[in-house]
This record gives sequence, C-alpha cells and structure tokens, in this order.
Amino acid sequence: MPGTAIAIQPVMPFAERGLRKAPTGISGLDEVTGGGLPLGRPTLVCGPAGCGKTLLAMEFLVRGITEFGEPGVFVSFEEPVDELVTNVVSLGFDLQQMQDDGLLVVDQVYLEPEDVQVSGAWDLEGLFIRLGAAIDEVGAKRVVLDTIETLFGAFADAAILRAELRRLFVWLKKKGVTAVITGERGDGTLTRHGIEEYVSDCVIVLDHRVNEQTSTRRLRVLKYRGSLHGTNEYPFLIGENGVSVLPITSLNLQHAASDERVSTGMASLDEMLEGGGVYRGSSVLISGTAGTGKSTMAAQFCAAACERGDRAIYFAFEESQAQIVRNMASVGIDLARWVDAGLLRFRCIRPSLLGLEAHLATMQQIVSDFDPAVVAMDPISDIFHAGERDEVAAMLTRQVDYLKSRGVTALFTSLNTIRDAENSEQQIGSLIDTWIIARLAEFDGGRSRVLYVLKSRGMAHSHEIRDFVLSADGLELTGIYHGLGVEHD
Amino acid sequence: MTETTMPMAEPSRDPDGPWRLRLYVAGESAASLTAFANLKNLCETHLKGRYEIEIVDLLEHPRLARGDEIVAIPTLVRQLPHPIRKIIGDLSDTDRVLVGLQLRQKQS
Repeated sequence: MPGTAIAIQPVMPFAERGLRKAPTGISGLDEVTGGGLPLGRPTLVCGPAGCGKTLLAMEFLVRGITEFGEPGVFVSFEEPVDELVTNVVSLGFDLQQMQDDGLLVVDQVYLEPEDVQVSGAWDLEGLFIRLGAAIDEVGAKRVVLDTIETLFGAFADAAILRAELRRLFVWLKKKGVTAVITGERGDGTLTRHGIEEYVSDCVIVLDHRVNEQTSTRRLRVLKYRGSLHGTNEYPFLIGENGVSVLPITSLNLQHAASDERVSTGMASLDEMLEGGGVYRGSSVLISGTAGTGKSTMAAQFCAAACERGDRAIYFAFEESQAQIVRNMASVGIDLARWVDAGLLRFRCIRPSLLGLEAHLATMQQIVSDFDPAVVAMDPISDIFHAGERDEVAAMLTRQVDYLKSRGVTALFTSLNTIRDAENSEQQIGSLIDTWIIARLAEFDGGRSRVLYVLKSRGMAHSHEIRDFVLSADGLELTGIYHGLGVEHD
Repeated sequence: MTETTMPMAEPSRDPDGPWRLRLYVAGESAASLTAFANLKNLCETHLKGRYEIEIVDLLEHPRLARGDEIVAIPTLVRQLPHPIRKIIGDLSDTDRVLVGLQLRQKQS
C-alpha cells in the first residue's frame, strides 16, 4: 500500500537499532551471536561439569585483552589462580604476563563454609568492593565470574544471596562491563540455583556428550535479548588455539553464485558439462562402485587446479600421500610436482581417529590456513562410518557450506555398491550441485567403466552414458556406452 | 625457646589471653554501626579489659577485601586467639556470635 508511509517503513531488527556487542574473538562464536556478547551486560554461560565453560569464559577475557584492547577481571570461586594460569598455558595464553602488564586481574574468592558463622543481616558488599577495586585497577571492560553459584554452598541464607546476586547483576550493568557468569547445570534447570532468572540478556548453554565413543561438545545460544542469533546446537572444540565453534555461516544460503567455470581436469567430462566444467565454488560428488576411478578423478581435478596456478588440498581418508602419488603417477598424473611446487597439499587421516567434529574443525583449519581454490575429499563415504548418519550428514552439510562460503570448488568421492548408487548419498544429495555416477557395467564377455552426469545445477548437462578408460594418460571418456547390462533404475 | 623448636612463632591460642578482633565494614552503613555496637557490647560483657577492636572500612581500603578474603559485609574476624574465626552479619544474634567466637562453652 503506497499510501501509508508506515507500512513501507522497514522493520529494523533490534541489532540494527543500536544493540552493541562485544566481540568474543572466539572462532565461530561471534558468527553464532551475530557479533559477540551484549556489550556492557552480563551473559550466562552454563552447562555440566567439564563442558568447557571456564575455558570459554577465560578465552573471552584473554581475547578481549589481546585482540580488542579491553582489560579484564577473572573472579574464580572454584579453581585456584595458579591452576587457572597453568591450564591455559597450553593454549598460548600467558595470564601471568597479562597480570604483570596490568591488563588482567585474576582473583580467587576463597570460601570457607565450615568456619563461617552467620549472625544477623549481611550483604555481599565486600564482594562488590573487591570486584570494583579489581575493575578499577586495570580499567576492566570485561569481567568473568566463575562459578558464582558456589556462593550458595558458603552461605546458608539463600534468600539474602539471591537478592544480592540480583543486585550484583544490576551493579555490573551500571559499571558497564561486559560480563560472563558461568553456572553449572542443575536438575531440570539451567543452573543449580536458577540464577538464569537474573541474567536475562544472553544465555549460552554448553553440553558435552559421548556418542559411539566419540565425544562432542555443543554450544547453543538459548536466549539473546534484542538480537537475532542462531538457534541451533553448534558443535565446538577445544583445540590448540582455544575454543572453536563450528560454522555457522551455516545454511543461510547466501553464497555468491559464480558464473565462472572450473575444469574437472577431464576435457571430455567438461564437455558433458556444457563444455566448461563445473561452476567455481560449487560442490561436485562422484559416487561409484569400487574400482571406477573415483580417486583418479579427484587427483585429476586437483592437478588441473594446480596447472591453472591455483592451490588445492587433497583430503584422503583411506590412503597415504605416498600411495596416492605413486598410484596416480601410474596413470600419468604427476602429483609430486605440484606438492613440490607448494600448490598441492595432502591431508591423510582416518575419520574415526578424531571425533567427527574434531575432524571437521581440522579440515576447516587446514582450508583456512592454505586457502585453496579447490578441495577434494576422497572418499566421504568413510566419514559415514565415523558417526551416526544424521550427525555425519549435518557435519558434511557444514563442510560443504563452509567451502561454499569461501568460494572453494569441492569434489567429493563416495564409494557405494551397485544397488544403492543413487540412494546412499541422499542425506547430502541436496547439497551437491554436480553429481556424477561412475560404475562398472557388465556385458557379454566383459566389463566396462561407464559414467554419467546425474545432475548438474544451472546447466544443460549431457545425459549420455559414457564409457571411460583409465590409461597411462589419466582418465578420459571414450564413446557413448551402447553395451547391455547397465542397471537402470 | 629457640626458633628451631618453635619455627612458626605461633600466635597465642589462649582464650584467656588477649583478644584481637577486626571488623570489616563498608562505610557508615546502618549494618556497620549496628555490628560495631553489638560487638562492643559483647566484648564488654565477655572480654572486658583484654580485647581490642580494629575497624576496617573497605570503602577506604578496597584492596583489603581481596587481601583478607572478604566477601560479605559486615565480617568479624577473630585474629587472636588462634585459630582465625569469621562471623558475618550485623552480630545481632548474640548466641551465634558467642558460638562463632567460641565463647559459648566458657559461659555455660
């Protein structure tokens, strides 16, 4: 209705109306929260014991100091200061140095329940003063209280304590510090003593589960007042560089779509794809039965990228680098040359060795470090043995998504049996832009390798079934297959 | 007695000896004043002539809150005799203060 100005006024999300955020600097978390934690307000981070909340809180503080020039105060109600310091040394956080530089105060509030008698009215003014002094000492902008509910063990009068905690959170807001308050998960409540009631701006829930011997940590933004946020559970890792929440660019389907084509490395296959190959930044799946040259196609795909002067990563889940290089040399693909030239990098790893999430994070780290134009994963069917199907599908979704968001053209191979050639990858089929099926076809007195393009989005691809050969010159398609015995659906 | 036989140079544990009490407050709040008045009364009754009370105002010395492990206000700390005892609150519940200071047994 053009007549009513109000109606066409766009409704601005709260975030754009000035809700300011404090970036955490924690990989992935700022994406999930749309930019960080609410600036100048308390955030509750809760979860069961050992879920990583102390570390997450500490990293928030450390990155505040190292990346955003915001000094911090860490108040520990549980762990002794020296243990805290030691625990994060392995992550490269030098808390001692930060304290010496006047950028950080680590204060352990030592509570001694059995020695304390209570007589008459009291309040937590001592803690307020103590915290205030620490904040003023370094000009802190960030504060962590870990885990404040420990106070309930030290003071029997829960009513006073609740009133005081409520006052504390108001006071923190007045101070304008961005605070992280940790809490241990209670029975049916987010925290043991229900302090989520007082910290209402932002609540992040961490979890730690073991599934089929694989442990996975997860993070969820339960609540973020006045801001849009991702509502999924996001896996996260505690790695060499601290916490990393796995992206997350997730599934917003806002990838730029490139018109540029990338060769598959096989001229005749490119020909089937309108003569130009696949779109840059798209994902290609080659599924086929054993011995149909899937790895060769992956290798050829990588080699073609290197020939163009692009970088490529070959993730191998079954074979070693030496084995692949040797095998490919026998079909005329010289991978060693590209490795030497620094354009090709191998990463050989068995998915089951790491948890799925660790696996995904590792791959993303490598991709982020090497910044390749193309990535091959051979074969992703192995990943399906490493976890539950839904989880694997979710993980692959994020992987594909991550690669797309970086504009990386990805080629996945998948091993399957003849019967389920087109069924087995249903979980990920929707993510795939170009899907190529390779199989052995039997006919009177022989077997032949055939290949066809099942789908290729955005182009008028060929529907022919082509014979192909693996020779000393690599893999090339030959004629159109006219034999008998191809198992049509 | 030499340093080697008594390395800690231990403070007095004698409840009949001198008492040193420290009361942590935050400014001249009602609770602070009440606590001091209650403490004074109690000491006059039970420890007459052998006690000293030191008042620490954390608003003036905020860093002492951390140094002396103070969270709640008011906090009374019995420094002598040893061991150290802490009592929090405005000390209006005399029985509790007596128990906390271990003066109760003496009275009964």
